[in-house]
Amino acid sequence: MEREALIELIAERLAELAPPGLAPGSQVTEETALLGDEGLLDSLGLVNLLVDVEQALEDETGAELTIGDDRAVSARHSPFRTVGSLADYALDLLHANA
Amino acid sequence: MPEAREARMPEASEEVVLVTGTRRGIGRHLAERFVGRGARVVGCSRGPAGWQADGYEHHLADVSSERDVKGLLRAVARRHGRLDVVVNNAGVAAMNAALLTPTTTADRIMAVNFRGTALVCREAAKLMMRRRYGRIVNLGTVAVPLRLEGEAFYAASKSAVVTFSQVLARELGPLGITVNVVGPGPVDTDLLRGVPADRVERIVQGQAVKRRGTFADVANVVEFFARRESGLVTGQVVYLGGA
Repeated sequence: MEREALIELIAERLAELAPPGLAPGSQVTEETALLGDEGLLDSLGLVNLLVDVEQALEDETGAELTIGDDRAVSARHSPFRTVGSLADYALDLLHANA
Repeated sequence: MPEAREARMPEASEEVVLVTGTRRGIGRHLAERFVGRGARVVGCSRGPAGWQADGYEHHLADVSSERDVKGLLRAVARRHGRLDVVVNNAGVAAMNAALLTPTTTADRIMAVNFRGTALVCREAAKLMMRRRYGRIVNLGTVAVPLRLEGEAFYAASKSAVVTFSQVLARELGPLGITVNVVGPGPVDTDLLRGVPADRVERIVQGQAVKRRGTFADVANVVEFFARRESGLVTGQVVYLGGA
């Protein structure tokens, strides 16, 4: 799966979750923050998004993934800081799983 | 994030129930009870069930294996698209003095009893959260509150199940999923057959109600926790016999 397609997939799932900070119709990019002061998600929202993305990737690629990390809720170090960092992290998992 | 969406309560007849360790004993009894009330029941064990019933499907899975657990829950998702109730019953025990317990035995007890329960909870909750509804019941033991000598590793593994369940209850509460524990005392199962009769009797005499438990006693509490009306009951531990 290409990085751009993965970002699009994450953006779709994020839009479905409709966090309060995401204005309807607004553009989600790889720079969109998920965590921290500017982030769209709280810890529960992050769990929802990661589970949705994990399921979607499994459906699309057949890969058995567990998207989880000990630094998950750290705004500074988490691989889930932004849509782009989440996409990179998921790509690494997909490659390791291939 | 928005408030948790209101759970859509399932009709009993359309419930999908997962019970681990259904080859015999308490797990088989629970599976048959849920089948009897019209639920679609998925069971698992490391070997074939050796029994069958309409509405019951059996999977081969070792709950201590992440791959097996993910495969099991993927099968539930594909076949049923939902999961309402999970009973983590699969477990192993070894009665021995702590100082004489081999490391391999200690690892196996923790792997099946704690890691297995935790893995099934984690993967099941991912499926349950889609519908904002779920009931998870984990099996504990009176060996925890009674601090039974000779059961240090077994009791510690179940103590971990209790703590895990209580923390998980808080994490999953906003998702409409409850997590509770039932801790049976001595019940006539294969697990108990290796325990000397006088020792079993001492445990029974230490309870408020001085008799052995039955499968029906365990099922009674499991069914209470699993009821749709028990949505506000979570993070609780019920020890049978008043331990």
